[in-house]
Amino acid sequence: MVPLPYYLILSGILFACGVTGFLIKRNIITIFISIELMLNGVNLSFVAFAAQWGKLSGQVFVFFVMVVAAAEAAVGLAIIIAVYRTRETLNVDQVNLLKL
Amino acid sequence: MGIGTFILVSVVKIAVALFVLLTAVAYTVWLERKVVGRIQNRWGPTRVGPFGLLQPAADGIKFLFKEDLTPPHVYKPLYIAAPVIAVVFALTSIAVIPVGNWVNVGHIYTPLQITDVNIGLLIVLGITSLGVYGIALSGWSSNNKYSLLGGLRASAQMISYEIALGLSLVGVLILSGSMSLREIVQAQSGHFLGFIPNWNIFRGGQFVAFFIYLMAAYAETNRIPFDLPEAETELVAGYHTEYSAMKFAMFFMAEYANMITVACLAALLFLGGWSGPVFGPDILQAILPVFWFALRIFIFLFIYIWVRGTLPRFRYDQLMSFGWKFLLPLAIANLVITALVVVLKG
Amino acid sequence: MISVHLVLFLIFGAVCVAGAINLLAQSHPINSALSLVVVMGALAVEYLLLGAEFVAAVQVIVYAGAIMVLFVFVIMLLNAGTEERTKGGSYVAMIVGIPGMLAGSALVAWVLLTHSGTKSVVAGALPGSPAQVAPLLFHEFLLPFEVTSILVLVAIMGAVVLASHPNSDPKKEKT
Repeated sequence: MVPLPYYLILSGILFACGVTGFLIKRNIITIFISIELMLNGVNLSFVAFAAQWGKLSGQVFVFFVMVVAAAEAAVGLAIIIAVYRTRETLNVDQVNLLKL
Repeated sequence: MGIGTFILVSVVKIAVALFVLLTAVAYTVWLERKVVGRIQNRWGPTRVGPFGLLQPAADGIKFLFKEDLTPPHVYKPLYIAAPVIAVVFALTSIAVIPVGNWVNVGHIYTPLQITDVNIGLLIVLGITSLGVYGIALSGWSSNNKYSLLGGLRASAQMISYEIALGLSLVGVLILSGSMSLREIVQAQSGHFLGFIPNWNIFRGGQFVAFFIYLMAAYAETNRIPFDLPEAETELVAGYHTEYSAMKFAMFFMAEYANMITVACLAALLFLGGWSGPVFGPDILQAILPVFWFALRIFIFLFIYIWVRGTLPRFRYDQLMSFGWKFLLPLAIANLVITALVVVLKG
Repeated sequence: MISVHLVLFLIFGAVCVAGAINLLAQSHPINSALSLVVVMGALAVEYLLLGAEFVAAVQVIVYAGAIMVLFVFVIMLLNAGTEERTKGGSYVAMIVGIPGMLAGSALVAWVLLTHSGTKSVVAGALPGSPAQVAPLLFHEFLLPFEVTSILVLVAIMGAVVLASHPNSDPKKEKT
């Protein structure tokens, strides 16, 4: 038997790593990957609570989170490609002007 | 059965399945060389052993002794990991594929399957999705424009046709009501109209789905007519240009193991699995279903090789528009019609 | 008490955390992306331990097998090199921040473990087979389901437009 807080701690660690990556990394793609890590941490919380309270809605919500993450990844990566084409760099510190 | 017996039986099943799969991979290569040779009006391997039957053994020894070059400009960790990923995922899907009924070995009553998971079909689809990494990473880590192009094209092709592959299987799922491969086969037992077997391709009306599956499977395994990513005249050798000896052999094994997995799935989902006349004493009753299953796989592989020897290859843009603009709408239409028929029949 | 469930949870939890820390430590984005794939695989096993088999399968097929392939594609396409370190990072922030964050998380973890009053989660507590998730998905959650399908359609159109080549604009003057 695994106590519920263990799952929450694991979820929290993953979320914290995601936030840390979002704040300290300089490459746009790595920042985006950290966002996905945050979403995964949250998914684990959802499924753990679904098992705890016996409601399957938690799992259905995880399904929706994944679909939304897919849509967001597609659009976000397209934006990254567009940014790379115009600015020739993937370093967020250098994408700091509205107009080139 | 106790936990110790369970582990022992599982380990034995895994060892037997791996051995059979690897031998099947080796002899599929032999079969391909013979059949393509005959189609092209030549003999194929004949010298090593009778009918060239020991050729795979000779090839294995050759691959072991060949010099394993690692070019200096590659990105080493992924260069070494990519063929390993490809072959591991290709060999893993055998774990949920059943080949026969429950048998009685001594006093142990066990199914002829390593494990019967009730989401077996989703697991096979998931492992197929993960197999794309082997190809994408090998193309990129080789640090070579031909490999990169080949790797990108192969991965784009594989993920595009995965959708048509998955959708063509949903009709079967609607008819069987379960994702467990054993239950899908059991839903196809019996006959209708007296003598026509109850397979999904006949009674279930999934012949369109079967052809979509066939074409999507050719694209998934990067075989002719969809093998532009590894075509010699176009891209040197595509994503496995920079690989030699054992790593190349691993890609080779992965491709043929994927072919065999896809053939197994087709046999299970559309052609009734292991159904066939069963007679005789107990030992024959256990082995005959396996024989009928192997016969279906052999026929499917023969068609694979036959198509390889006959058709020219698609150009890449033709390939992608075929997958997205023809197969995908057709698969969705098949799904809608199957669902309608199932609902209307009550 | 030590059960197989707990041992498996700890092993795959350790794999998750190791993958997450590797994601932060690596400088090339391809290594970060592959670490995330490892994290997702270990999370799929965690979902299986919770009995959510449909969610685990969807995680592997959709998340690890499609979304991350898209990430790897873009990294390969853009030839993203090793990222440059921005000058002027603060050593003080790193020295105080990391132990501080660890202390804060240890405090939260202790509070959760001792004072939350929740019961343990049994392995396979809530059967989450597709046959059980499906009625919820298609009856109670039908509206979100249809709305997300439109969302995905919009995302596809947006991605195609955003990533298309700027030179294919027919309004460009060619004189």
